[in-house]
Amino acid sequence: MKKIWNSNIMRFFRNSPKTSIGAILVIIVLLLTIGAGMFTSIDPTNRFADEYHSLPSPTHILGTTQLGNDVFAQTLYGGRISILVGIFAGVITVLLGIIFGISSGYFGGRYDNIITSIINIIMVVPNIVLLLIVAALLDGVSPFLISVIIGLTSWPWNARVLRAQTMSLRNREFVYSAETLGESKLRIMFMEIMPNMLSIISSAFVSTLIYAITASATLEFIGFGDPLSCTWGIMLFNANKSGALTSGAWWELLGPISGIVIFGAGLTLINFSIDEVSNPKLKAQRIMRAYYKVKKMQAKSMGKLKLNNAMGRKSA
Amino acid sequence: MSDLLTVKGLSVDYVTAKGGHVRAVDNVSFSIKEGQSFGLAGESGCGKSTIAYSLMRLHRPPALISEGQIIFCGNDIVQMKESKVQQLRWSEIAMVFQSAMNCLNPVITLERQFFEIFRYHGITNDKKVSRKKAEELLSVVGIPAERLKDYPHQYSGGMRQRAVIAMALALRPKLLILDEPTTALDTVVQRDILQCIYDLKKELKFSIFFITHDISLMMEFCDTIGIMYAGKIVEQSSSENILHNPKHPYSYGLKNSFPSLKGEVKYMEGIPGTPLDLNTIPAGCRFQDRCFKTCNDCFTKEPEISTTDDGFFYCHNPLKAG
Amino acid sequence: MKEEKQKILGVKNVVMDFKVGGKALLSRKKTLRALNDITFDLYKGEALAIVGESGCGKTTICRIAMKFYNPTSGTMTFENNDIHKLKAQELKNYRQKVQMIFQDPFSSLNPLHNIYYHLERPLKLYHPSDKTTMKKKMDEYLTLVGLVPPDEQGSKNPHQLSGGQRQRAYLARILAVGAEVIFADEPTSMLDVSIRLGILNLMNKLKKENNKSFIFITHDIATARYFADRIIVLYAGHMVEWGDVNKVIVNPAHPYTKLLVTAAPDPEREGVVELPVLKDKESEVTVWTPESKGCPFKGRCPVAEERCSIELPQVREVSDGQFIRCFHKE
Repeated sequence: MKKIWNSNIMRFFRNSPKTSIGAILVIIVLLLTIGAGMFTSIDPTNRFADEYHSLPSPTHILGTTQLGNDVFAQTLYGGRISILVGIFAGVITVLLGIIFGISSGYFGGRYDNIITSIINIIMVVPNIVLLLIVAALLDGVSPFLISVIIGLTSWPWNARVLRAQTMSLRNREFVYSAETLGESKLRIMFMEIMPNMLSIISSAFVSTLIYAITASATLEFIGFGDPLSCTWGIMLFNANKSGALTSGAWWELLGPISGIVIFGAGLTLINFSIDEVSNPKLKAQRIMRAYYKVKKMQAKSMGKLKLNNAMGRKSA
Repeated sequence: MSDLLTVKGLSVDYVTAKGGHVRAVDNVSFSIKEGQSFGLAGESGCGKSTIAYSLMRLHRPPALISEGQIIFCGNDIVQMKESKVQQLRWSEIAMVFQSAMNCLNPVITLERQFFEIFRYHGITNDKKVSRKKAEELLSVVGIPAERLKDYPHQYSGGMRQRAVIAMALALRPKLLILDEPTTALDTVVQRDILQCIYDLKKELKFSIFFITHDISLMMEFCDTIGIMYAGKIVEQSSSENILHNPKHPYSYGLKNSFPSLKGEVKYMEGIPGTPLDLNTIPAGCRFQDRCFKTCNDCFTKEPEISTTDDGFFYCHNPLKAG
Repeated sequence: MKEEKQKILGVKNVVMDFKVGGKALLSRKKTLRALNDITFDLYKGEALAIVGESGCGKTTICRIAMKFYNPTSGTMTFENNDIHKLKAQELKNYRQKVQMIFQDPFSSLNPLHNIYYHLERPLKLYHPSDKTTMKKKMDEYLTLVGLVPPDEQGSKNPHQLSGGQRQRAYLARILAVGAEVIFADEPTSMLDVSIRLGILNLMNKLKKENNKSFIFITHDIATARYFADRIIVLYAGHMVEWGDVNKVIVNPAHPYTKLLVTAAPDPEREGVVELPVLKDKESEVTVWTPESKGCPFKGRCPVAEERCSIELPQVREVSDGQFIRCFHKE
């Protein structure tokens, strides 16, 4: 057990409170939603006929909605779909971003010009507006469709970042070396260049995840979602429709809101730490913090005041 | 000639991620007299640039000056307040970095950069006066005055380095630190620039602290040479002595790593092995893995200092004269 | 006693033009002539040094040979086939036989893969066989270049190796490909001084024992003298002097070669050295265009005459095996 605790990964988590908290939050939400059956035995679609809008109680941890559904159960089961929407949108964004971003950065020339123009055109169109229009035309969209649309409208930004990074890596000598070796272009792009960008790609995935969850919740809250499905956004929509705010039924909102907030905050913290791993300057700050912590302990135990000098110079 | 700069027992540490530290410069002592040119030679990772940065207290975390004194004109730079060091920088000690592209601001014209120097150090606030001074300086290094209005990227590599030298000398410092100033340049330009610096030295009478790995170049230009290995100065002597009569096996090996242009082409060995990794310092002399003259003591105790008439060295089994 | 030397790479009248500028809407494109009339042959088992300052075109020759560019005119032949007209199987053969070492050991290996991977790829592409044979071959190559013990060094990632070790690993990779001609583009200039000779000695060993040919590109003529058999001195894309390395360096005939030899550091020399060159405004290498006339070195040459500004000098043999392009006679 001690070996695991002392291994590199665990030490990384220990030294960086941001990552640990972020990871814990994300894991909590994932556990609750995926293992929903373990945490509540109530079926989210089940309506408890005589318990409308009841306050939180031991049987209904977060109370019930206007229609008698258990809020806690809905949060957990609904969370699955919301998170899946986010993941699916993230996957589409990252895949398209990788394919177009890396290839246009690598090949350059006319191909690059065409792709960049497409990217620029799509970027000009605001996501939410497009979503609203499509939703209005289709008279309500399923969560699956939401994730597809978010994916298709967010990939350009991602592709741009990857393209810039590819262009800087493309002129590095190991790429030339692979070319002189006679490796196929596909292999060079995805086995030599892409692995060097994994931190950007994962960061982009996490960002899209957060964005997709909030965007889908927004859409559904406004009323363009599929009212028959059960996601966090629909829960908010129903709560709004049933006047939860005016009647003071705060518990109905607590479930979906905490779901979105906790998950989003956890992911954002993880994103910061991905940044730290790839940015050496932030790493240096972390190292210095750890060093001064050790020095402080040493100084306390030895009673010397040499630390003051070091601290004085820290601001230099 | 009195001592301009005396370094005593300087140690610089780099804090590592695991909470320990690596001692990049270990107990280094040397001194530079007024009007002298002192060269510090060594390979990558030996700590020479670290020393240069310490002289102006330019270190950022995770680097820390942990021990020692740097006495410049009677004052210890290590203990000085930050504000005093700021004043000292550039007006008393100036530095020319390795890659001029990195120290010229690419979005400001050269004229403006000179103006900033003069304005910050309180020399003048008038653009015309600053321009005149800048033109003087540039003419000294051989750049025509009309290039003042250009941006750094419009200069060639050699010119950029010369412009940086002009900027370094703008405030007539007493000590000029050159950190591998010509490594990125061609041989002809390199010689031009070094010759220019030496002409300036004769005229303006400043001392030079020259850091490079190219020993043969250094021997032509410096009076005193210090050889660094793995954070310690292993030998210091006049350049003739290091050329004809090196005591430390590393100096001998370094000298023999440069094929010559004259005489027969014979097989040369260089120095076997790789520069020491400062995370794994062995007991005894640091050069033991690569030395061809090791004796038993070399593996157990660190060598003591032995002084010669114009320098010192640290070796248990030095080379004999001849 | 000259044995029958087998020509392996031929370069004939290669001219390379680049279009620069012209990115903004109204600016005109200029043509830069990076190489003008380059002609030389490379024989099996010899090392040919190409020496010159930055901007003289030596890296461009390399790039043309590696097929990054097509020459504007002239031909480069490998085993008597024009390399820019090769197709499929012949092209694969060419890629295998002609390889390049890069200057920067810190970016020529992919930081994410270990050394075994770097050796495995060429073997898989050109000499596929089963795992045990490949591992044996890889260990052989690692031992040949001096990275021992091979098991330990092969599993390391590039950042765990020093600069010199990385260059050795790269040489192992080139051996794994099975190259016969190796273009070495300043392979030692970014390495520590004490390690440079180790790499040069290794390359020498490969040349003598394995009969590899090298084209050694450098700006340091002392190293060129140590390693190479013949030398070509380039200035602004022109071959100004070439021939046997000892003759050219010890008895330079062209004013530019004399300048290079004088400018090189010499610890035995006392005092200030007068460089045999005219000081012009830039004192850097001239830029050549297709319209330029005369000798490229005329602006800086201490012995330039009238006709040096009008016509390009013809090739002249100064002594046995030493050629220059210059009008000036001693």
